[in-house]
Amino acid sequence: MSDKTPVPAAAAAASGPPRKLRFHVLRHDPRDPGSIPHTEVFELEEAAGMTLFIALNEIREQLDASLAFDFVCRAGICGSCGMVINGRPGLACRTLTQDLPAEITLAPLPSFELIADLSVNTGKWMRGMSERLETWVHSVEQDLDLRRIEAPMDPELADRIYELDRCVECGCCVAACGTARMREDFVGAVGLNKIARFALDPRDARTDADYYELVGTDDGVFGCMTLLGCHDVCPKDLPLQNQIAFLRRRMARAGLG
Amino acid sequence: MKVIYTDVLVIGGGLAGLRIAIGARRRGHDAIVLSLVPPKRSHSAAAQGGMQASLGNVAKGQGDNEDVHFEDTVKGSDWGADQQVVRMFVNTAPKAVRELAAWGVPWSRVRQGDREVIINGQKVTITERPEAHGLVAQRDFGGTRKWRTCYVSDGTGHAMLFAVGDQAIAQGVPVHERKEAIALIHDGSRCYGAVVRDLITGELTAYVAKATAIATGGAGRVYRVTTNAVICEGIGAALALETGVAALGNMEAVQFHPTGIFPAGILVTEGCRGDGGLLRDANGHRFMPDYEPEKKELASRDVVSRRMEEHIRKGNGAKSRFGEHLWLDITLLGRRHIEHNLREVQEICRYFLGIDPAEQWIAVRPAQHYTMGGVRTKYTGECPTLRGLFAAGEAACWDMHGFNRLGGNSVAETVVAGMIVGEFIADFCDSPKSDLDIPTALIREAVAAERSRLDVLLKGGGAERADALRIEMQQTMTDKVGIFRGGADLEEAVHRLQGLLVRSRSIGLRHHADGPNPELVTAYRTQKMLKVALCIATGALTRTESRGAHFREDFPRRDDSHWLKRTLATWKDPSDTLPCLAYEPLDVLSMELPPGWRGYGNKDYVDHPDTPRRAEELGRLRERLQGADRHAVQAGIMPYEHLLPQRFRGRNERIDERMP
Repeated sequence: MSDKTPVPAAAAAASGPPRKLRFHVLRHDPRDPGSIPHTEVFELEEAAGMTLFIALNEIREQLDASLAFDFVCRAGICGSCGMVINGRPGLACRTLTQDLPAEITLAPLPSFELIADLSVNTGKWMRGMSERLETWVHSVEQDLDLRRIEAPMDPELADRIYELDRCVECGCCVAACGTARMREDFVGAVGLNKIARFALDPRDARTDADYYELVGTDDGVFGCMTLLGCHDVCPKDLPLQNQIAFLRRRMARAGLG
Repeated sequence: MKVIYTDVLVIGGGLAGLRIAIGARRRGHDAIVLSLVPPKRSHSAAAQGGMQASLGNVAKGQGDNEDVHFEDTVKGSDWGADQQVVRMFVNTAPKAVRELAAWGVPWSRVRQGDREVIINGQKVTITERPEAHGLVAQRDFGGTRKWRTCYVSDGTGHAMLFAVGDQAIAQGVPVHERKEAIALIHDGSRCYGAVVRDLITGELTAYVAKATAIATGGAGRVYRVTTNAVICEGIGAALALETGVAALGNMEAVQFHPTGIFPAGILVTEGCRGDGGLLRDANGHRFMPDYEPEKKELASRDVVSRRMEEHIRKGNGAKSRFGEHLWLDITLLGRRHIEHNLREVQEICRYFLGIDPAEQWIAVRPAQHYTMGGVRTKYTGECPTLRGLFAAGEAACWDMHGFNRLGGNSVAETVVAGMIVGEFIADFCDSPKSDLDIPTALIREAVAAERSRLDVLLKGGGAERADALRIEMQQTMTDKVGIFRGGADLEEAVHRLQGLLVRSRSIGLRHHADGPNPELVTAYRTQKMLKVALCIATGALTRTESRGAHFREDFPRRDDSHWLKRTLATWKDPSDTLPCLAYEPLDVLSMELPPGWRGYGNKDYVDHPDTPRRAEELGRLRERLQGADRHAVQAGIMPYEHLLPQRFRGRNERIDERMP
């Protein structure tokens, strides 16, 4: 009964002798002048219920103590473990090996600064994005009396805001974005979703004209080429397609008006 | 040598740490937050079900107030809590919810009119008042008499952490990510900051600060089976312990959450039971009413976890190839409710168990969940023995949880303690007491000492493997220092952990780079974690009674006459293999709520000799204060408001308690 012990549901799915999994891991330490990016192959026997969290830790414990990767919650909540899994960005902690072929390719998320191997600096990128887009409620009221009953909010609206608030800043949308590969400063679906979230929130005093200043450019909502890789890979199933389309229309109106 | 100076150094970028930094910053002090990971990935994000605050907006919360929240919390703590701190907490919690609402947290809101809910397995219609429409809603949680837990679906911690994280960005608080404090800089009476290792480059930097705050969360990872994130390793507590001066309080008080999914230990929220979910055994029988007829599934966590293990021991567990477990049944809540209010739970079940919880039961068994103990502080959050060192949140023993924390009170503590301790830190920095007069030799020596410790690991050629020692420690803690404890097991645990600690002094590495080297990180953290584990195990061995989450099968009664006191563990000398234990008595004669029965769990306990006297005194006081309003009665019994920072004093308005 631990992270390393397989889970029963998956056990039922396993039958016959365990598979031999081959992990092709892209490795590189950009701080080591002698390091050349290369793929290294690690072999593991599959266990029932094995996730990539379990597999990578096993590789590190048994095969190569230097392998760098990031996990925090290991429950699909914190967004730390985004990586490219067989060509598709996703959260490694909740990816079961049973859903993958025996040959598994793992690479770090592109578009972010590489720390080493599978570890990338999403934190730095997200902080930069937040500072640029000012992703916080710009309150109308300055000196709030905390003793007083809170301002009411329509329950449906609160739910709709939470829907967009569920983003975990994992970076998968940026990694899957065509524009982000061409424009280094593109704010990504994560950034546009945040603007849509604050634009929806009556507690934020900013107007469409203010948001236009932030995202009414080719690094903002007009840079999106509607390839919508972001929407396909979002681990939280955020309605990114709708939000970007909606925001673009609103910003076009704000820009023309 | 690189030295960075600031006013406030906050170690830990979760809710407590960020809120401290924001508070200090607003008062004009510079603050730097150190975080192992991007702060929005902190374990605060994993709090699902909600935060307790006595707003009393929903119909089932009507009549709630600070007094009820206070009683629930003290009973939950099995009288281990500092009652004045509990009072400070319950009075500030509503203010915290309201502050967070203004900062953009999309709290779930009350809808007026009828709604169907599940209570005790039955469908019940509740009518919400029109005047409550749109206000912050509350759900039921264990160990509470009113519905008090404010929530954002079941992503409460996430929503709070993002709002507070974004406020920190708005205030320009710098967060130094992927930086780890590995030692405090101190001279035995004053803390001056920390030696910090860059997890990317391996570089050491001295951070020198007027005030240093530890907000590093819990120590769950000293156990093999835990709901905690992989970064919850008790390192903050270990930093304080390694000063030899600061004490850790009540480390033996470890909470096991009833519903960790089996066998991975990933949490599903108490909100499942709060919203009407049931626990069932191998035969599908709902067993909790057999043990706890009053609170059933919603007794406090320590009680429910014990009852579950007891029921498994009696042969009622569902069997699987990984061992036995029980079932959590939320199918009766209906798909709509689950997809709306328990969606993280649904995702977790889908990805990790391959089941749909609207159709199938969830395999659960108790798993380590929360560290009630931590760096012992005064009500201000300051360490009483090392000036300039503060702690808040799960890393601290402030001490509002005593021997068992109520669900919804931890994420509440993070922000409330962040608010309160942040103000006290700002006061400290305002006063000349905080002036720094630090010899540069002290900084140089502290950095050099850490450099040589790391060099021994990297180049010393030791034969022990860090991950092997860690796994053995975790297994020992889970097997021997778990829910049911006994003298023989605990002795064996202490003995084994001592052996592991000695061996950890000869850890050697296979990989010798000083940069992003995960093996090196495991090595130095394991050395620290073993000391924390030893504080837990020795504390548990020495405490020959049962209180809250600390349950001794050989001493099953709570014994107020001998053990109404807080354990204080210090580590006097680096070469020691055991902590020194001392005890700090709790004063019954100043308690607002003298010890008694909790209303659930064991009714059998030994009274403190002062308890009848205090009860009598309280009777007289209450008689004298008859006719006065509840605030005046409370102030007459155990005044606390003078302890709060000015900014957070004052009553809380409610629908039923309007302010002029």
